[in-house]
Amino acid sequence: MPEAYEQAIGAALSDEKLQSAVYSSTARLMNKRKEVVAAGVLPDYQELREQARAIKKHTLDNLDYYLEQFEARVTANGGRVIWARDGDDVVDFLTGLAKEKGSRRVVKSKSMTTEEIELNGRLEREHLEVVETDLGEYILQLAHQRPYHIVAPALHLTRYDVADLFADKLGVEREVEIEKQTMIARRVLREKFLAADIGISGGNFLVADSGAVVICTNEGNGRLATTLPKIHVAIAGIEKVIPRAQDLPTFLKLLGRSATGQPLTVYTSFLAGPRREREADGPEEFYVVLLDNGRTKLLADRAKRESLYCIRCGSCLNHCPVYRKIGGHSYPWVYSGPIGAVITPQYQGLLHDAWLPFASSLCGACAEVCPVKIDLPKLLLALRSEIVKSRAAGKGTTLERLAFRAWSWVMRHPGVYEMLGSAASAIAGDGGIPAPFRRGPLGAWLKGRDLPAIPQRSFRQMWRARKGS
Amino acid sequence: MAREYILHKTRTALGRNVGQPPAAAPEARIRVPQAGMEERIESFRQALEKLSGTVDVADSPAAARECVARLLCGRTAVASNAPVLAECGVASIEGVRAGIADRKELRAACAAAGAGITGADYALADTGSLVMISSPEEARMISLLPPAHIAVVPLDRMLTGLDELFSLVPAPAALTSSMLLITGPSRTADIEQILVRGVHGPGEVHVVLLQRYTQKEEA
Amino acid sequence: MSRVSLFVTCIVDQLFPKVGIAMAEVLERAGFEVDFPEEQTCCGQPAFNTGYRAETRDVARHFLRVFRDAEYIVIPSGSCTGMIEQHYPELFKKDPVWLEQVNRIRPRIWEFTKFLTEVAGVEDVGARFERVVTFHDSCHALRQLGIKDGPRRLLANVRGLTLREMTPAEECCGFGGTFAVKFPDLSTAMAKAKVDAIAATGAEYVVGVDASCLMQIQGALSRARLPIRTIHIAEVLAQR
Repeated sequence: MPEAYEQAIGAALSDEKLQSAVYSSTARLMNKRKEVVAAGVLPDYQELREQARAIKKHTLDNLDYYLEQFEARVTANGGRVIWARDGDDVVDFLTGLAKEKGSRRVVKSKSMTTEEIELNGRLEREHLEVVETDLGEYILQLAHQRPYHIVAPALHLTRYDVADLFADKLGVEREVEIEKQTMIARRVLREKFLAADIGISGGNFLVADSGAVVICTNEGNGRLATTLPKIHVAIAGIEKVIPRAQDLPTFLKLLGRSATGQPLTVYTSFLAGPRREREADGPEEFYVVLLDNGRTKLLADRAKRESLYCIRCGSCLNHCPVYRKIGGHSYPWVYSGPIGAVITPQYQGLLHDAWLPFASSLCGACAEVCPVKIDLPKLLLALRSEIVKSRAAGKGTTLERLAFRAWSWVMRHPGVYEMLGSAASAIAGDGGIPAPFRRGPLGAWLKGRDLPAIPQRSFRQMWRARKGS
Repeated sequence: MAREYILHKTRTALGRNVGQPPAAAPEARIRVPQAGMEERIESFRQALEKLSGTVDVADSPAAARECVARLLCGRTAVASNAPVLAECGVASIEGVRAGIADRKELRAACAAAGAGITGADYALADTGSLVMISSPEEARMISLLPPAHIAVVPLDRMLTGLDELFSLVPAPAALTSSMLLITGPSRTADIEQILVRGVHGPGEVHVVLLQRYTQKEEA
Repeated sequence: MSRVSLFVTCIVDQLFPKVGIAMAEVLERAGFEVDFPEEQTCCGQPAFNTGYRAETRDVARHFLRVFRDAEYIVIPSGSCTGMIEQHYPELFKKDPVWLEQVNRIRPRIWEFTKFLTEVAGVEDVGARFERVVTFHDSCHALRQLGIKDGPRRLLANVRGLTLREMTPAEECCGFGGTFAVKFPDLSTAMAKAKVDAIAATGAEYVVGVDASCLMQIQGALSRARLPIRTIHIAEVLAQR
């Protein structure tokens, strides 16, 4: 594993404050989810998961059809679909649009997809003012930090961090009360909303038969960003499509509950185009940017295509014992937790962060809670196998491969296996494992744990003795 | 062209041809539960009160008007052009401005008002939600800019939940450019997971359910 | 009398042999004839988890040969049972001959506690263990095999035993096979969280169905100089 990550993980593990914050926040989210998917509260939870997975599978297996249908409906509603191969296409479109309309001020509601393409920084370099309006994201923007969690981006910061940040960047008096901090942000951001030319949002779901973008939020910034400015641009990955408006009950019943234990988020916006002629308000122009950025590559990998089913609820993060210990910033990309561990190599290349799929005990807690039933452990195992093969193809036989070949040979020769077992037992004797052997894997174990005493007789030796008598 | 590129890559990945129809889709899952009106009201009340919203049941338009006035508590307000508000005479409450046609004026009024008063197209009993369909009668910003939102909803609009909504309205896009579900006051827990209400949207949500005439218990 | 073949697993064979003996004793008392095919070694899980599928297949084929004629195969490990049940089909999906072997053997593979409750139909094995214990739900047993209530019902019938559930019982101990040595600090941190939960129960023993989990937990308990000991459920059930 690259030194940088080893250090990040080590730092995270030894930061007691952080450990406590991440562990308790995720525990809270887990408990809240448990309450609202309980058999007494949502009796058809398991059926809904099956249905959601089936819909996602069908949609992705026929994605070209649904993308075209979506485009036709958006156009019929008076909007426009922009196809973007990557972040460059998105930036080109937005800067072109801004120039055409004489716009400079952009407000943004939370979107992991835009984090993926580092949109804010790129737009700022083109001299657009971009303001994040989701409270957590706004805080991170001021702090120049990456999100810590898919759903709770500022999980790792305390009120004191926020107090310092606001005092420093906003020139306000230092305020440590959370409610007052929130009101400061509300006041500052309200001005931005009212003055903005363009509102950029993500999209939780793209509804093909309606040409609609569905956005699920809690704060109201999503609404403000898509109601006040004259132009609304929604940016979403092509995998976010679902076939029909009537599929929404299935997904809406799963998303909020899985993410934060809310039966529904406070605001669920179903936005189908610019305001209609007689409507009292709403944006005059409506664009949906359909982003590929490698999704078609994942689509082509049939065995691991299901990672595209993800609806970005963050539940796998909350339940992952690894995430809960190392936190979001220990992951190499914007997507963390189990889903991050799977899609990072899929998007970035197998050997790019080859350690990542191995950084899991495969406990399966993630798969148990995934609302669309992605078999994350199976995908991690598949990636491990591919990485091993890829390494072998690259630099020939590694030490690890030789070790497993030898291991495999021993395990097929019971006589040798038994002999080695006896030898180990003899070497260990009464004093435990001698120093020269306390290296490599053994040394790694002994860093933080004791080893069991090696018994004098193996089971098979005891069994023979038992049978003999 | 990005469009051709993406569609081509998609079809290649899936082994599908241009113009190929999709495989048969799994049926959409819509299961509308049975529930009488009393049950729905109670469910709605519990769900919304849990989120710190308030629920009142008014047995006449006059009673509804009184309720709204009480909830306003002297604050200024902007009212939408929803027919139910006219029916209840909300515009005549002290401090309430209604019938603002000019969009700029409406925005300014909403930004300054203490409350926004609207109707709602439906209410959802299981989640305590309001369904607001954008129209000439309902401007989106009235329930968004002011710090408090009061909604008057006729009881015959109380649905059991999402399934019933999408069963009645399978194609919202045919009706409107914006259908919004509001489930309680605006909230965040972004700082230390401590709950704060009224971040960007209204921090107060009050619903007045209007019983226009004696409702018969539904089966 | 039905015949049961033990697959003790390499870790029990080499490091925790008493678990295997205890399992044999409990099964014999329940009226089964117990045998031990001597050629057995490993199910292949370490190689599979580390991405070495070809090497895993070699070892899996050995397993399939050794246990070809077994009537019941009983295993004191949720993860090894899960390996055979869930991953062997995947490993041999392109090899119809061996896939058939896998499919023939799968219905005969049983984790130890599941065998007792579902095949032997036994929940009281006549054991006595007058101690306060807590229970660790091993991940593979829990999530791959649905093992949660079975062991608890067996423990409920052990005379003198007091079970105190830990919070959370279902959290991973951090072993994860080669994960434990590839990411030692992380693995140890996960074990430590488990140890804290255990210590909070005031139990003297931690019971589990998987020796590898128990080895991880014991390693952390010992390093923390806590007197709590891990014990495999087979050993508890064998106590008189």
